[in-house]
Amino acid sequence: MKLIKPYILLILVVIIDLGIILYNPDLGLKIFTNTRANILQMLAILPPIFLLIGLLDVWVPREQFMRFMGEKSGIVGISFSILLGAAAAGPLYAAFPLAAIMIQKGVKFSNVLIFLGAWSTMKIPMVLFEITALGSQFALTRWVISVVGIIVMALLISRIITKTEQSEIYARHSNL
Amino acid sequence: MFEVILYILALTLLSYSFFRDRKKTKMALTKSWKAFINILPALAGVLALIGLMLAVLSPDLVTRVLGQNTGTWGMFLTSLFGAITLIPAFVAYPMAASLLDSGAGIMQIAVFVSTLTMVGTVTAPLEAKYFGWKETLLRNGFAYLFSFVAAIIIGVVLR
Repeated sequence: MKLIKPYILLILVVIIDLGIILYNPDLGLKIFTNTRANILQMLAILPPIFLLIGLLDVWVPREQFMRFMGEKSGIVGISFSILLGAAAAGPLYAAFPLAAIMIQKGVKFSNVLIFLGAWSTMKIPMVLFEITALGSQFALTRWVISVVGIIVMALLISRIITKTEQSEIYARHSNL
Repeated sequence: MFEVILYILALTLLSYSFFRDRKKTKMALTKSWKAFINILPALAGVLALIGLMLAVLSPDLVTRVLGQNTGTWGMFLTSLFGAITLIPAFVAYPMAASLLDSGAGIMQIAVFVSTLTMVGTVTAPLEAKYFGWKETLLRNGFAYLFSFVAAIIIGVVLR
């Protein structure tokens, strides 16, 4: 059971997929094509990210992270977290392992949340796309509102999640 | 394009690291590999789930359903589609633009873009594996509500 647990979601989805293939082969084929495309996209985006994680871990000391984004980093930490998130490329799931290394290096919890928020909706490549498709007024207004919203939400969430719960999350990543 | 920059950055740093200190570089690579293997099962599950979701709720279907439902109900429906599906930006933005053409309101599109990018229902199992369910529910829940606030402001500004 312990061996199966990490794969539970994968197993469930595969069972549903097999059921669909039996009853609706066309839809099944579509699922197969989509999943293959997703895996290829993952294989394209994740190698440099995990390489950076390893290099960050070995070369950048905890003190550096704490100085710029730690408990006492204030507005500097907020700005750094937004910049890091907005400079990114790739889907949100690629941000999780980077956020995990930030946690491991002692980055303040609200700054980790700001990083995730900025990555999710303020990425520069994405904004450029948004400007082309929906116009600069739409994209820039949304970007400005998002900056404010992401900071406010991060501060709120880091209040609601107690210090004890936060240190549990930090402990989970301490010896990755 | 940006992926290429990411690759160049990672490989440049890797070679620099290799010339500075081979032992440390080996440690870094071990760490990279471990971090990847650690998350692979959950990641594989999420990728399979996204593949299933995108086939059932195809961009075509989403465009049709959302194009026909405008107003408050349309906005609510759009937010649900945005929260549940995970469509890459290069598909989502042209889709949003065509929704606008087919009669959707600006607020409806704004709530779609924000929920689509910020709320990740299918990636929630992965997020929870990293940061726990409480963080996952709070971040996604707040992001969902925020999407409406953002949409209303955009609706007012762009009127």
